[in-house]
Amino acid sequence: MESRSFYNEILTEHNMRPYYKHELEDADLVLEGVNPNCGDDIIIKLKMDGDTITDGAFVGEGCAISQASADIMLGLVIGRKKDEALKLADIFMRMIKGEADEEEIESLEEATALKDISHMPARVKCAVLGWHTLDELFKDRLFA
Amino acid sequence: MIRNDNEKLNIDKIRNDFPIFKTTGRAYLDSAATSQKPECVIKAEESFYKESNANTLRGFYPLSVKATEIYEDARKTVASFIGTDKSEEIIFTRNATESLNLIAYSYGMTNINEGDEIVVSIAEHHSNILPWQMIAQSKGAVLKYLECKQDGSFSDEDIEKAISEKTKLVAFTHVSNVLGRINPIEKVISLVHKAGAVAVIDASQSIQHTKIDVKKTNVDFLVFSGHKMLGPMGIGVLYGKKEILDKMPPFLTGGEMIESVRRDSATYAKLPHKFEAGTVNAAGAAGLAAAIGYLEETGLDKIHARDRELTQRAIEGLKKIKHVHVLGSDDYREHNGIISFTVDDVHPHDVSEVLSADGIDVRAGHHCAQPLLEHLKVRNATRASIMFYNTEDEIDRFVSSVANVRVRMGFAD
Repeated sequence: MESRSFYNEILTEHNMRPYYKHELEDADLVLEGVNPNCGDDIIIKLKMDGDTITDGAFVGEGCAISQASADIMLGLVIGRKKDEALKLADIFMRMIKGEADEEEIESLEEATALKDISHMPARVKCAVLGWHTLDELFKDRLFA
Repeated sequence: MIRNDNEKLNIDKIRNDFPIFKTTGRAYLDSAATSQKPECVIKAEESFYKESNANTLRGFYPLSVKATEIYEDARKTVASFIGTDKSEEIIFTRNATESLNLIAYSYGMTNINEGDEIVVSIAEHHSNILPWQMIAQSKGAVLKYLECKQDGSFSDEDIEKAISEKTKLVAFTHVSNVLGRINPIEKVISLVHKAGAVAVIDASQSIQHTKIDVKKTNVDFLVFSGHKMLGPMGIGVLYGKKEILDKMPPFLTGGEMIESVRRDSATYAKLPHKFEAGTVNAAGAAGLAAAIGYLEETGLDKIHARDRELTQRAIEGLKKIKHVHVLGSDDYREHNGIISFTVDDVHPHDVSEVLSADGIDVRAGHHCAQPLLEHLKVRNATRASIMFYNTEDEIDRFVSSVANVRVRMGFAD
């Protein structure tokens, strides 16, 4: 029963009481991410000052993994520069694939709570939805 | 396979007939997606390839004759199982989805025209909606939905209102794959005939639980998949009335479905081969015949009684759990082994993850029935589906696992 403890306190807490799940007026960047096969659907919104993320939020519907993952992600990237955020996204994706080293994983702070998802192939898409959307958000746009 | 003569099934014996239960201690509650297979089905497929493998219908040597016999005998077994003595009314397909597409492309494209109406129930699986959407779009026909009430029932009045002289075809599921309720197909069929239309009945979720007689119900087309009724994957059935099938053009063209081919023309084979282009799934048909043999020997009435008993146990258990809501009827007799439910504030994927950690296999999501869920105002649900080979212990483990879901997800109760 390996995944009995998968829903650890960090995940359930971020799922039940997400800090960043709310509307964000005057967001500079908005992108919707969808998992068509399970219906998870979140919209990531960011406020930027130059290339620094000054605020962020998400809205939408989904399972505990997608919700908690997005909430944890926003907590990590707000206050950071775009390139730092993208680097974290890259480490997160590699952690899920089981390809990141210990030091890198540590830099993900609370997001390490999702490390074991690498053993649950059916749920990987839920965990990366927010991060993938963030990645697309920056890739799609050019700004100062 | 000797059964005791008691009213009830010998569950230990039945469990022993299914090899997969010897290799897993998990509770398999996803039989509506695909059933497990008894040893006799696996053996029938295996022995076809070991002892009778040759291409059917075309060889004059003994092995091909034998392969053909097995294939055609399987057709007769299916025919008598659903109550027709004309085995040419049985077309083998890959699955119910292919059967429905065959009807749509062949019958639909020929007989449905601009302004005609196609009626489908809101409770259909996507496979009994999309072919009709396609016909409606390409022929300029109107696709009308017959809506159910919140408990999954259809009122006589709504059925009567939906079917009119404009109706050319009605596609209706016998049992919904989400709600499990048996629909009043006999009433629908008789109204459809009064309107001069044809009725397509999807029996994918009923054929393994209850007896269906195509002559008594007077249905025009009936479809089902082998793999949901203990048979192998990759073999399905289309039943059609001979007089209708005879007039329909082929669906797929190619080998084994022709009488002769010239440079610019061809004459097609007679029923049923007109609709079975290319090398057929003879081993799959042999497996399906073995599955039917198993169901008949076990007794569909006993199977039905067992399904009902287990369904009652599960639904009564779920009803006692706070924050759990069963979709469809409150009455377990209206569920036929299919129990979809929601847990407040917990996404079905998380419900199924928690259940899976407890060794219980269920399905989560929209169950290929998005229009129905939208109509019922449910985003998605978890589904447990039961078959006669499940045990009381499995049902109890399922219920107690569901009872723990919210706490495991961090909620107070």
